[in-house]
Amino acid sequence: MGKILGSQAVVKSLLEEGLDTVFGYPGGAVIPLYDSLFDYINEGKIRHVLARHEQAAAHEAQAYAQITGKVGVCIVTSGPGATNAITGIANANMDSVPMVVITGQVGSTFLGTDAFQETDVFGLSMPIAKWSCQITRPGDIADSFAKAFYIAVSGRPGVVVIEITKDALTHETEFHYKKAPVLRSYAPYPEIDQENIAAAAEMINNAKRPLALIGHGVLIARAEKAVREMLEKAGIPFGMTLMGLTALPSDHPLCIGMLGMHGSYASNKLTNEADLIIAIGMRFSDRVTGRLSGYAKKAKVLHIEIDKSEIDKNVETDLAVHADLKTALSYLTPMLEKKSNKQWRAEFDKFYKMEYEQVIRHDTQPGEGIIQPGEPVDIISRKTKGEAIVVTDVGQNQMVAARYYKFKTPNTFLTSGGLGTMGFGLPAAVGAAVAQSQKPVILFTGDGGFQMNEQELGTIIQEHLPVKIVILNNSVLGMVRQWQTMFNGGRHSATNLINPDFVTLAAAYGIKARKVADRAGLDPAIDEMLDLDGPYLLDIEVDKDMKVMPFIAPGSTVDEVKLC
Amino acid sequence: MNKTIDEEPRQYTVTVFTEDKVGMLNRITIVFTRRHLNIDSLTTSESEIKGIFRYTIVTKCTHSLIKKVVDQIEKLTEVLRACYYEEDDVIAQEIALYKISTRNLTKRDKSMEDIIREYNARILDIEDGFIVIEKTGFKRETQKLFEQLKPYGILQFARSGRVAVTKPIEELTDYLEALAQAARTSNKIRNWKLTNVD
Ligand SMILES: Cc1ncc(C[n+]2csc(CCOP(=O)(O)OP(=O)(O)O)c2C)c(N)n1
Repeated sequence: MGKILGSQAVVKSLLEEGLDTVFGYPGGAVIPLYDSLFDYINEGKIRHVLARHEQAAAHEAQAYAQITGKVGVCIVTSGPGATNAITGIANANMDSVPMVVITGQVGSTFLGTDAFQETDVFGLSMPIAKWSCQITRPGDIADSFAKAFYIAVSGRPGVVVIEITKDALTHETEFHYKKAPVLRSYAPYPEIDQENIAAAAEMINNAKRPLALIGHGVLIARAEKAVREMLEKAGIPFGMTLMGLTALPSDHPLCIGMLGMHGSYASNKLTNEADLIIAIGMRFSDRVTGRLSGYAKKAKVLHIEIDKSEIDKNVETDLAVHADLKTALSYLTPMLEKKSNKQWRAEFDKFYKMEYEQVIRHDTQPGEGIIQPGEPVDIISRKTKGEAIVVTDVGQNQMVAARYYKFKTPNTFLTSGGLGTMGFGLPAAVGAAVAQSQKPVILFTGDGGFQMNEQELGTIIQEHLPVKIVILNNSVLGMVRQWQTMFNGGRHSATNLINPDFVTLAAAYGIKARKVADRAGLDPAIDEMLDLDGPYLLDIEVDKDMKVMPFIAPGSTVDEVKLC
Repeated sequence: MNKTIDEEPRQYTVTVFTEDKVGMLNRITIVFTRRHLNIDSLTTSESEIKGIFRYTIVTKCTHSLIKKVVDQIEKLTEVLRACYYEEDDVIAQEIALYKISTRNLTKRDKSMEDIIREYNARILDIEDGFIVIEKTGFKRETQKLFEQLKPYGILQFARSGRVAVTKPIEELTDYLEALAQAARTSNKIRNWKLTNVD
C-alpha cells in the first residue's frame, strides 16, 4: 500500500474500528482532518453530527456510545475546542463510558510556545481521562488509535484523549492497522480464581438477609441476564444505583428500588439490617453510602468488581472478586443454593407502603394544586409502557425521572451520575436519537439545565432528530433551592430564574412546542408530543416548592433517610 | 463491622515500573496530588530492563491510604507495577553534596580531615575558595554531616532522592512473565465475551 496523509490515516483508523458516526466541531488545527472526512461524509460512509458547542459534542458522543455499545468519537479543534470538551470528557470518564476524543493541536514545532490556540490538552486531560496521548508523527497514528480504542472500551471503560499535531495530519505515512493490541501493562479482564468464587458462593449461601447492590458495571459488562439469573436463583433482594437503574426491570419482584440519597426508603432503611451486602459492578459512591462510618453496620461486604482500585476504596470488603462480572457469574451462579428469602424480602414492603403514602402518591397523583414534576414522568412512563429511552439533566428533574419512570429494558436511561453535569440532558438526548430510531427518546430537564446547552436545538433540526423535550419548568434552580429551603433557612440565594418563552424559542428553530400549566392540559399535550413524528418541546409549569424525597441529608447515615 | 481504624501516618517507599512514555511522571504524581499527599523524595531511572523505568517515591501517610494510592497508580495504563514498602523492606541510600567555603577551613578544633574520615565521606573537588564533599548514606547520616559542616559555612547543599532496592524477592523479569500471562488470559476472556452476547 502506498503512503497516505496522516489525516487519512485517522479516518481509516475509525473505519477499521467499524465506526460510522462521529460528533464534532471543526477549527484551524483539524481542518486537514475534516478535509479527509469530506468525501466519506458526502458518500454517506461516515455520519458527522455537527454540534453547536464542543461540550455538547462530547455528551452526544457519550450518549451514542451508551446506546450503541460502540466507542463514541468526538472531534474538536485545539485550544478552545479542546477546553470546551473538557466537561464532556470528565463526565463520560466518571461514568465509565468508552469514548475517544480527538483534539487538534498546533504544529509540533510550535509546541510549548503559546502559539495561537495552543493548550496543553495532553496535560489537562490526564487527571480526567482513562488514557491520553499526543501524536506528533503520522507514522504513530495507526498504533495509537488501535491502542486508544482498545483501552477506551475494555475493562472498566473510559475516555481516551488523542491530541494530534497539525503536521502529523498533513504529512504522509504508511498505514497498517492492528486492532486490540496486546499491552503488557494492561490486562483489563482478570483471571478467575475458582477458590475465590467458591468462597463468595459460600458467603452468599450462608447469608440470611442478603442485599445486592446493582451498579452501572452490570450494564457495561452486558451481564444483565447473568445477574438476573443469580439473584432469582438465590432469592436476593436488590437495589439499583442511579447509573445501574435499568439493569433489571423496575417492577421485578426482588427489586427494592433505587439506592442512595434520593433512593427508595426501603433500600436505605434496610441496608443496615442486611447481613450480607453483595456489591455488583458498583463503586460505593458517597451518594449511595451516606456517611461511611454508619454504613452496612451489620453486614459482611462482598464486592464483585472489575476495577481493582475500587475494591476497599470507600467500603472495606470482607471478600472481593476482582473480575469481569459476566465471567465471574458464569462460575458463581451454579454454586448458589436455591432460596427465596421471602420473609426478608417482605420486610421491605412495609417501608414501601410508608413511602407510597407519604411521598409517591402525592408526587405522581396529587389530584389538585399545581402540577408536580412527578406527574408527567408517571404519565409518560405509562403511555410509553416503560419502553422509551429516558434522558435527564441534573437536579430535581433527574431524581424525579429516575424515581418514577418504570424501566423495562436494560440501557434505556441516560443521566449524568458521577459528575452531575447540568447541561448534559439535551445533548445526550441528541446522541441517543442519533444512535437509534426504534425507541422514542424523551428528555426530562429542568429549565436551568436546559439553558446550559439549549443551542443543541440547532443540531436537532439539522439532523432531523425526533427528540421529545419535557421541561419541568419551576423557574428556579430546583435542587439547589431545595437544599436552601432545608439547610439554609429558606434563604433562596441566586436560585430564581427569569426564563425566556421556551415555546417561542422552539418556534425559532421550527420545533413544535406547547406550554402546559394546568392538569387537564397535561394528558392531551403528552399525547400530541408522543404522536408527532418529529421533535417536540413540552414546557410544563411545575411546583417550585416540591422537595425530592426520600432524602439522606449530607452527613447522615443510610438509615437516617427522611420521608419529609 | 468491616471498618478499620486508621493508623498513624508512616513513611513508605513506593516503587513504580513503567513503560518509557512521555508524561508518565505527571500521571503518577497526579495520583498523589489528588489525595493531597506530599512527595518527600522522588528519583527515576531506567531499570535493569531496557525500556522500563523505575520510580522511587517516598511519602508519609497511613497504611490504608498508601494501599489506595498504589492501586490507583497501578491502574494507569503503561504502569507495569506499583508497590509500597515499609521502611524495613527497602535498602535505600541517598547521596549528598556539600559545597564548603575554604575561608574557615583551618579555624575549627576538629579538622576537616577527621570529619571526612569519621563520616566516610570524600572530597569530590577542590577549587579556589571552596571544596565539594560527597557523602552517600541514609538521610540521617547525610543530615548529621550537614550539622557538622555547618560551622564552616555551607555555600550549597544538595541531597538526591532515595535510590532503593527492595528485599521481597519478586524480581521484575519474573513479574513481566506474569504480566504477559495476564494479558493472554485477559484476551481469552475478552474473546469469550465477544462471542457470548445475550
Ligand atoms: C454545571 C453545573 N453547575 C451547577 C450545578 C449545581 N446544581 C445542581 S442541581 C442544580 C439546579 C438545577 O436546576 P434546574 O436545571 O432548573 O433543575 P431542577 O432541579 O429545578 O429540576 C444546580 C445549580 C451542577 N450540577 N452542574
